Amino acid sequence: MHGTRILDEADRLMTVCNSCRYCEGLCAVFPAMEMRRAFSDGDLNYLANLCHGCGACYVDCQFSPPHEFNVNVPQTLAIARAESYAAYAWPQVLSGAFARNGLVISIVAALSMAAFIFGFAALNDRSVLFGVHAGPGAFYKLMPHNAMAALFSAAFLYAIFALVMSVRAFWRDIGPPIGGRADGGSIFQAMRDAGELRYLHGGGVGCYNEDDKPTDRRKLYHHLTFYGFLLCFAATSVATLYHYLLGREAPYPWWDLPVVLGTLGGIGLIIGPIGLFAAKMRRDPALLDESRCGMDVGFIAMLFLTGFTGMLLLLLRETAAMGPLLALHLGAVFALIVTMPYGKFVHGIYRFAALVRYAQERRSEAGS
Amino acid sequence: MHSAHAEMPLARKLYIFVYKRTQWRLALTGAAGRQNVSISSDRADGMSSKYDVLVIGGGNAALCAAISARRGGASVLVLEGAPKFYRGGNTRHTRNMRCAHDAATDILTGPYTEDEFWEDLLRVTGGKTDEVLARHMIRESKDILNWIVEQGVRWQPSLGGTLSLGRTNSFFLGGGRAMLNALYLTAERLGVDVEYDAEVTDLVIEDGMFLSASLKRPINGETDIRATSLVAAAGGFEANIEWLKQYWGEAADNFLIRGTPYNRGSILKMLLDKGVQEVGDPTQCHAVAIDARAPKFDGGIITRHDSVVFGIVVNKHSQRFYDEGEDIWPKRYAIWGRLVAAQPDQIAYIIFDSTVVTSFMPTLFPPIAGQTVAELAGKLELDPAALDKTVTEFNAAVRPGTFDHTILDDCRTEGIAPPKTHWARRIETPPYLAYPVRPGITFTYLGTRVTREARMLMADGKPSANMFAAGEIMAGNVLGKGYAAGMGMTIGSVFGRIAGREAARHAKN
Repeated sequence: MHGTRILDEADRLMTVCNSCRYCEGLCAVFPAMEMRRAFSDGDLNYLANLCHGCGACYVDCQFSPPHEFNVNVPQTLAIARAESYAAYAWPQVLSGAFARNGLVISIVAALSMAAFIFGFAALNDRSVLFGVHAGPGAFYKLMPHNAMAALFSAAFLYAIFALVMSVRAFWRDIGPPIGGRADGGSIFQAMRDAGELRYLHGGGVGCYNEDDKPTDRRKLYHHLTFYGFLLCFAATSVATLYHYLLGREAPYPWWDLPVVLGTLGGIGLIIGPIGLFAAKMRRDPALLDESRCGMDVGFIAMLFLTGFTGMLLLLLRETAAMGPLLALHLGAVFALIVTMPYGKFVHGIYRFAALVRYAQERRSEAGS
Repeated sequence: MHSAHAEMPLARKLYIFVYKRTQWRLALTGAAGRQNVSISSDRADGMSSKYDVLVIGGGNAALCAAISARRGGASVLVLEGAPKFYRGGNTRHTRNMRCAHDAATDILTGPYTEDEFWEDLLRVTGGKTDEVLARHMIRESKDILNWIVEQGVRWQPSLGGTLSLGRTNSFFLGGGRAMLNALYLTAERLGVDVEYDAEVTDLVIEDGMFLSASLKRPINGETDIRATSLVAAAGGFEANIEWLKQYWGEAADNFLIRGTPYNRGSILKMLLDKGVQEVGDPTQCHAVAIDARAPKFDGGIITRHDSVVFGIVVNKHSQRFYDEGEDIWPKRYAIWGRLVAAQPDQIAYIIFDSTVVTSFMPTLFPPIAGQTVAELAGKLELDPAALDKTVTEFNAAVRPGTFDHTILDDCRTEGIAPPKTHWARRIETPPYLAYPVRPGITFTYLGTRVTREARMLMADGKPSANMFAAGEIMAGNVLGKGYAAGMGMTIGSVFGRIAGREAARHAKN
């Protein structure tokens, strides 16, 4: 017996699957399962986070519903995965944020954007807020650079710390790798597996979403979103270096590196989330954790808002709309950062940790 | 020239990579087959619903036949009696296919020649096979390894726990249902029409010539489907308990059916009743020992037990009845179903102790446990004194030896009957454990006699003009008795492909 109903169900399914093993070529979950004969809570949370939700094992299973064995691994692991986010959240008092995540994210986003708008309006003269600013330092006429840097650094450091504490709890709970050892090779392998979404691939044909015809669409949109996010992060990092090392202040001309990176990333963050949202809406309910659609949609919406307001700001930065758009964009980014440890963002962190653990286990299995 | 040699492996790897990807895409888009397929206008003009080829059944054999006929230029209708989820009969539960090959491949560890395949078949059937047909099948199986990939099916190396099949058997990536899904996708993209819940209630056959099939549920308002050729690939009769009782008596009530509940043999019966020649022993079937707690139908692979060699097997009177250490898996695997079927009430118990629990695959149902043999007997509703006596006598008879479950080792008993000739070790470390087992019927061997062209022979010995059969419904031509892993799928794919091709050829002439 496990702590929760869904872990009991995951245990039942892994017992069924471990006596079948037809799916072992589809992804990482089943080979990891085969290294075990019994499953602790930590084992099941590890397997749940290793699952990318490609759906192939559901479509391929001779025991999926309506069969009486009622084997639905993608849905069960999706629910277990979402529950594991709450179970490992730091501080635990905020784990409730996962229960009605869509609402929480919406409120935080709305409050954050409103705070920036009202803050800008309160601290700036109307003529400054709706003024046309150009040239280096234009943004900082609305909000001093040091204030901006301090606020966002604090939010970012908090998010990092909360994520580290959460994933540490997860790492401890899933226990030492079977026969394993940690080394750089496993981390490199996990980076490759995560970077190419190796296991969102249905064992080679593509993942399943709305029907029994495999495609690679979700993978494509996820790549756009993820690499868009990374490019935007890189743009911000480069701009920070420009500011402190070269003494060059934003905004930068369109051809300069931060803007090029940000533009490419912004396009990814607009198209990617739209594609993922469309796929989510069309997804076969049998594969979905429907009670947590709010979490998925909330995160997708935050990424989209970040990309969308950023691109608008770039296009209209030399008009009177710059002030309000800057407030909206900063509000969206701030909300995205502070909700990172309490929303769908964590899926990437836990999955990466699970992939590292899996790489360790595979390497020690091959080495033994 | 030297540099060309050096580059060969990489170039070949690249070629194989591109080839595989291309084949899959081609199979999906149907481009590979479209070039020589003329889409029949029979249906489009609404004047007639006559197909070139009617395929009855929806498993591996049926789909191979449908695809092969469609690629041969025929219009094809597949009638699957089951609903969509249960489509494909027992193919859903399969996982590999035995094909001959002259060299190792990227998923097969070594060559498996036609002669070796033939010798294996000869041994498992005890010579009860049709040599001409069997050798033809084995030869054709070599090409199936590639052909089936062109239809979208993907291979993988043998699954964990099946290393002994790594050289001879190719495993389907994702299992039998994944294989079926790929075949259905390909068939549909090629333009094969598929109907589910399409139970056939009668066949109109005159002088060995198929004319039409009657449907229980009308399709597009019609209850009669006419076609120029028929491919019967509708499986055996193992799910028809009443029919099994004709040969097995009341014992059949205690059989569990491992696969689809839809294999009731109705098409087989119609064909035999309408003058098709019968082949195979009706009492023969592929049966293994499966967990007695499994559902009556469709429990599939996961109800099997692989632990016989690690303990002893007793019947309801706590008596051993067969040498548990006779032969290595998987050769021993196929005999225990029939052995248990011959025991009173068709039940037996595999008895072992806690030292061997991790020696075999994890099981769906947990073992039943007792701290003493008597306590275990109580839970199994066996006579405690009798079971205790059997275990004590067995333990006393065990000779010292070096245990190795991968070979016929020297751990054996002396002075008891029946002996345990290998892997005999004392059962003495509590908790004592047991699995109750019953016969699990996989498929039956009674079928329709066919020629090398998969053409049915009539009772008078004449070949049918337009009726072909493939898969379990004609497996008895090759398998008189016995079984070797993966043969059912070989029979299905090889004769399915042949039947489809010949049916299309007949329709086009």
